[in-house]
Amino acid sequence: MSHKLSHLEQLESEAIFIFREAVEQFENPVILFSGGKDSITLVHLAHKAFFPAKIPFPLLHIDTGHNFPETLEFRDELAKRYNVKLDIGYVQDSINRGTAVEEKGLNPSRNTLQSITLLEKLEEGKYDAAFGGGRRDEEKARAKERFFSHRDEFGQWDPKNQRPELWNLFNGKKAQGESFRVFPISNWTEMDVWQYIKKENIALPSIYFSHERSIVNRGGVLLAESPYNTLLPGEKYEKQIIRYRTLGCMTITGAIYSDADTLDKVIEEVAAARETERGNRADDKRSEAAMEDRKKQGYF
Amino acid sequence: METNGYLDMDLLRFTTAGSVDDGKSTLIGRLMYDTKSIFEDQLQAIEKSSEKRGDENLNLALLTDGLKAEREQGITIDVAYRYFATPKRKFIIADTPGHIQYTRNMVTGASTANLAIILIDARNGMIEQTCRHSFIASLLGIKHIVVCVNKMDLVNFSEESFEKIKASYIDFSKTLNVPDIHFIPISALKGDNVVDASKSMSWYTGSTLLQTLENVQIISDFNFTDARFPVQRVIRPQSDLYPDFRGFAGRVEGGIFRPGDEVTVLPSGISTKIKAIYQEKVELKEAFSPMSVCITLENNIDISRGDMLVKSDNQPKVDQEVELMLCWLNDKKMTPKGKYLLKHTSNEAKCVVKEVAYKVDINNLNKIEGDFEVSKNDIVKITLKSAKPLFFDSYKKNRTTGCLILIDEFSNETVAAGMIL
Repeated sequence: MSHKLSHLEQLESEAIFIFREAVEQFENPVILFSGGKDSITLVHLAHKAFFPAKIPFPLLHIDTGHNFPETLEFRDELAKRYNVKLDIGYVQDSINRGTAVEEKGLNPSRNTLQSITLLEKLEEGKYDAAFGGGRRDEEKARAKERFFSHRDEFGQWDPKNQRPELWNLFNGKKAQGESFRVFPISNWTEMDVWQYIKKENIALPSIYFSHERSIVNRGGVLLAESPYNTLLPGEKYEKQIIRYRTLGCMTITGAIYSDADTLDKVIEEVAAARETERGNRADDKRSEAAMEDRKKQGYF
Repeated sequence: METNGYLDMDLLRFTTAGSVDDGKSTLIGRLMYDTKSIFEDQLQAIEKSSEKRGDENLNLALLTDGLKAEREQGITIDVAYRYFATPKRKFIIADTPGHIQYTRNMVTGASTANLAIILIDARNGMIEQTCRHSFIASLLGIKHIVVCVNKMDLVNFSEESFEKIKASYIDFSKTLNVPDIHFIPISALKGDNVVDASKSMSWYTGSTLLQTLENVQIISDFNFTDARFPVQRVIRPQSDLYPDFRGFAGRVEGGIFRPGDEVTVLPSGISTKIKAIYQEKVELKEAFSPMSVCITLENNIDISRGDMLVKSDNQPKVDQEVELMLCWLNDKKMTPKGKYLLKHTSNEAKCVVKEVAYKVDINNLNKIEGDFEVSKNDIVKITLKSAKPLFFDSYKKNRTTGCLILIDEFSNETVAAGMIL
């Protein structure tokens, strides 16, 4: 037997180590569950970290009220499958309370309002650590994020004043009211996540795969027909073969034209996007979707 | 990027150090650019910025300068992590700044690295910072150094310049504890010998930087001899399916464990045998570093977080006093005879600084003795006394069971990093 772990095995081991470490260091952790592939992967890793015991913390989902029905269905089924408690924060509740104000305009996005509801829920649930699926490869600012990321009592991150993180010694000490965000898959790239999903045979919501859907092309962003979206003059919905690269609100999440209907085809597409998007100018739609990716994921 | 064989890729973590204008950010940008690890939108963003700044070439350094202050000042002020992959290996770069006041960042970046890239400007040759970076890499137990003599285009790709620098580095490196050192003449700006072989330096027949990074043998860096298993958590499902299951979760931090092995539990000293080793439902025939597993034992022994399972015939040192090299990381100076909280593997204990023996001048490795304060970026040799016994190896023997951090109990900040002697 060779005493060598592949990079995915090493990343998995690291993520499991982080989960176990955080559960011991914090009193009341929670997984931020967005419904996307990264948070689904997190739940899978948490399951592996504590098996045969069940996952020793709940999932927290912030529901904007504008989700794809497929996302919510998948979420409920997943919570049942892992026998884990599901805590849901509704953006609508924050709006009703007056702590969040709905955007004006034709297609109000509730994307920025999510953070308000999130902080309210963390406080309400007395969660002192929240696991997130953030990865350092997502954007420049994230490249400096720690595994154990300290937040002040207002839930704010101070990137210029972070604790140094050495070897695999993680310092989760904090004062009353402060909290941590914990990122077990910090060192993974998008490709690593996809390959791990394949290796572990992790189930994903159907809308990650190619399907027919009624959409409108608005300035290069392919928006799904939904009760939260109003057509502009001259626009109309058309049936197209598309899939989603990320899952978020129906009001802002753009689809891509794709006939990738299996995991292998999706992975091929992810790999190819990297290559063709380099150097020569890829079409705007593709690049628009990539931008969207990062914005969305930046939320957690 | 090729997707075939992706599942079998290897992982290499490396750190990069250089002084302010050595072209470190350009080099990392070049590695990412030439291995096609950059997205279109990232590329467009830096094309725009390059134009705005009036740069002649596409400014690849802009890819890695994350925080706004850094982009404005053109320097990197914290450790940032970058990723790229080839069909052979996935790479994690700990990108650290080179200023003297950032010793702590270099120490942080080096702590998880297998390899260090040291950049030298071909025009200037070795400078104080070269020695400093190399010393830190050596102190942090890095076994492979790749010296990149950069900006070869500015010395007419001269072989003589390269050889001169190489000779002086080899001479200097005798004071280091680094067994494997490579030298490569490069131009990060033009791409020579980074990913593609240089057309301007036919006299150089060695590997390019990427080939070197892909082929360095790191398997022997792992310790497969001294079996260590710090317990992170006790797993007790108390469920209908597993009413009596009692497993110990943790990561193997050295050696190889197999079912049937006789193990001793520290600190109690009680011995028993390994019953089974699990990764989720899968029962393993053996577990080695750095696998995260769950171990069950033949006998029901009281074990909790902070304890360590070791092979009975190969035990670590057990002592309340440890001697170590310490890097001070915090703005607040070390309190003489100060009390701190230490974290060592999954163990935690109060401790007191018993003695500070000397400070190291990291530019020439001279020892400074006598009265001095220990402030940020200082490297000192100290003796700690812990409130309870620690189970440890020397850092040289095992990086994980030989390292610790100190935490200030008032600010909760991580104030120092130590390597046990």
